Amino acid sequence: MKILVPISKVPDTTSKIAFTDNNTKFSTDNVQFIMNPTDEWYALTRALELKEKIGGEVVAINVGLAENEQIIRKALAIGADSAVRVDLDPTDAYQVAVEIAEHAKSGGYDIIITGKETIDYNSYEVGGMIAEALGWNAVALVSKLEVEGTKALATRDIEGGTETLEVHLPVVICATKDLAAARIPNMKGIMSARTKPLAVVAPSGAAKLTSIASYTLPEKEKQVKMISPDNVGELVRLLHEEAKVI
Amino acid sequence: MSVLSLIEVSEGKIKKASYEAAYYASKVAESLGTDAVAVVLGTSSSDELSNLGNYGIKKVLHANDARFDTFDSRAHTKAIADAANASGAAVVVLSFGPNGKLLGPRLSVRLKAGYVPGANELPAFTGNDLHVTRNVFSGKAKASYLTSTEKKIIAVSPNSLSPVKVAGTATVEAFASSVTDADFTTVTKSVDKVVGQVPLTEADIVVSAGRGLKGPENWGMIEELARDLGAATACSRPVSDVDWRPHHEHVGQTGITIKPNLYIAIGISGAIQHLAGVNQSKVIVVINTDPEAPFFKAADYGIVGDAFQVVPALIAEVKKFKSAVH
Ligand SMILES: Cc1cc2nc3c(=O)[nH]c(=O)nc-3n(C[C@H](O)[C@H](O)[C@H](O)COP(=O)(O)OP(=O)(O)OC[C@H]3O[C@@H](n4cnc5c(N)ncnc54)[C@H](O)[C@@H]3O)c2cc1C
Ligand SMILES: Nc1ncnc2c1ncn2[C@@H]1O[C@H](COP(=O)(O)O)[C@@H](O)[C@H]1O
Repeated sequence: MKILVPISKVPDTTSKIAFTDNNTKFSTDNVQFIMNPTDEWYALTRALELKEKIGGEVVAINVGLAENEQIIRKALAIGADSAVRVDLDPTDAYQVAVEIAEHAKSGGYDIIITGKETIDYNSYEVGGMIAEALGWNAVALVSKLEVEGTKALATRDIEGGTETLEVHLPVVICATKDLAAARIPNMKGIMSARTKPLAVVAPSGAAKLTSIASYTLPEKEKQVKMISPDNVGELVRLLHEEAKVI
Repeated sequence: MSVLSLIEVSEGKIKKASYEAAYYASKVAESLGTDAVAVVLGTSSSDELSNLGNYGIKKVLHANDARFDTFDSRAHTKAIADAANASGAAVVVLSFGPNGKLLGPRLSVRLKAGYVPGANELPAFTGNDLHVTRNVFSGKAKASYLTSTEKKIIAVSPNSLSPVKVAGTATVEAFASSVTDADFTTVTKSVDKVVGQVPLTEADIVVSAGRGLKGPENWGMIEELARDLGAATACSRPVSDVDWRPHHEHVGQTGITIKPNLYIAIGISGAIQHLAGVNQSKVIVVINTDPEAPFFKAADYGIVGDAFQVVPALIAEVKKFKSAVH
């Protein structure tokens, strides 16, 4: 079983969000970057669990510049066998997906497990795009994944519940919470990560399809209207007459 | 030229979020001076589908084919791309739901079309450029996306606009795509749906509670309030972590993101990771004993008080209100 796990680098949730260059660029001043939580906790960990169960190999891949090697080494410390970095600062999800698909074409992979979305752009794009570029099937929002022979059983979120689908390998899986139990890298992992292979490859150079013209921040903080706990009827009245939501 | 919307059906019925996609498509069509067309994959009746006329759809391309009742993202993508080509679609609109989150990106690659996931507003066109705004950084900022590809794809974030119904019926035409038996490779093994309740992602009103409720035995009043309001229930992460509530109710950065018209947070502190999943709600009510709880900063209405007193009082007031208006 050969599994590819695309990992991304995102600002920590508690980061202050600000923009520069006339609101066209995200300001990275004082921002702490981390591995995207769903990639780390669920996608990578489930890949490692599957490898431990049925044998095989787990490769982590990132499309980004050399500064991303810090999160790539973390993926190796958690347990990935090797890693690939495509040396490109991507400007849209399409570019990311094309590069990952290019690598996967000759890689002999059975499964690609991405996170559901990155916590910065929340766009849920890369997994589906990789699948289409490879002509593979895909299941997204997966909270349970089992592999039996050449088939995978994936449980995914649907409106108001879940459903379990049986699909053939190779397949792209986009992980959501509960897919695995997160792991913390131990000393041995951290030591071995230094010597595990990390290949840097040149991008194939796909053109982007979209761009971000500008960003805006919300006008101001909301003004909360306080209501006395002894006058709950007032809340119902305001929700009906003022907010018009009931 | 046309604007094509993907309308999803479940057990023959049009999904609520798809009506919004239909309306969105009709508004885009209006601004481009063309017609809004819909594509429907899977079993449904012409009666059900002709209703789309009320949302501005002129024509429905219906692949009334039970094989599409199982979601296979690859087969569905192929069929929708066929419909986009057949109808000369300049823009394809779908809902940013569980299926759309795979279909949008797949269509983008297949049609070489710029894709905007989770748009919050109607787009603006200048020449061949499409500009549309969406929330980024978990709702902490907005970004204006630009795409200039020949075809464009927009996934509409649920509850972004309120459809205004118009009089009209859509004509329903049979649609045959190039999808063959070999394309359907997914088998549904089981479905586990919450029955008799409003699904959280589709709910207009959500009543949510956190660790302030002390224990699972106290959720009766939360469920009662939700029932009275026709709302879905949700919870904070620690609550589902200790199994006081089912995991699918967990909202936030690591849970699901919701955007209801009204979110009522009871005994939830309002940690940034919780807010990430709910701060796009239109109106937020916070009930908390602690006046310093961070959630009040994100709230529209707040009550500093004990949930065990405020919630029963609120239930009584809601019952009174409902019986007065109905
Ligand atoms: C990486 C990461 C991801 C996370 N993801 C999520 C996520 O997706 N969703 C999420 O919810 N959390 C998430 N968390 C956890 C989050 O940081 C908070 O710990 C969590 O949201 C707190 O839950 P709570 O508000 O229910 O509990 P608490 O923080 O314990 O708050 C309980 C609140 O109840 C109030 N209270 C107590 N008694 C009463 C009463 N009788 N009546 C009324 N109010 C009362 C208290 O004043 C307090 O404000 C995440 C954390 C991390 C580090
Ligand atoms: N630059 C990147 N390099 C590698 N994988 C990525 C990158 N960006 C996103 N991904 C993967 O795609 C998933 C979905 O991201 P997105 O579509 O950007 O929301 C993430 O959880 C990652 O698994």
